[in-house]
Amino acid sequence: MALTKTEITERVQKVLDISRTTSYDIMEDFLEIIKETLEQGEDVMISGFGKFCVNEKKARKGRNPATSKEMTLPARRVVTFKCSGKLRNMINND
Amino acid sequence: MNKLELISVLKQRSDLTKTEAAEVVQIFFDSLTDALSKDERVEIRGLCSFFIKEYKSYTGRNPKTGAKVTIPAKKLPFFKCGKELKERVDY
Repeated sequence: MALTKTEITERVQKVLDISRTTSYDIMEDFLEIIKETLEQGEDVMISGFGKFCVNEKKARKGRNPATSKEMTLPARRVVTFKCSGKLRNMINND
Repeated sequence: MNKLELISVLKQRSDLTKTEAAEVVQIFFDSLTDALSKDERVEIRGLCSFFIKEYKSYTGRNPKTGAKVTIPAKKLPFFKCGKELKERVDY
């Protein structure tokens, strides 16, 4: 089973001893802050977890694999994640 | 933006105390770390999902000295950007 927002919302609700609705609203606020920061092109760095980076990709020539027609892929902006050393060690049980 | 700034913005927006805001941020990232440590998938709608990818051991080279080194097998979290975030970040 995958970890989802619902599970985290329940944990927050218990620890802060608040209603489910309030906990849900806080979680939405929290996620919105992260999203709008990245949207503005600013990285989000969480020590002990990792860094969410905004990267600019230049336009490049690509090919449609189905039709093998050549096409130009436009410049775009994407989010990448760089895992922290601490998280990496946790995952590898070091 | 770092963790402290995130806490301070959340404190204002959700009208929480600093301790509460710090707790929310901590619970969130601890939950993710915990799940990933157990090889569990994480799926946060609109933001991102993570799953653990296993990488086999391989022989690499130290780019500076050219010496051969064996890179041991490892696991890394694989990040996949959520649809909403992807669309909002792109131009």
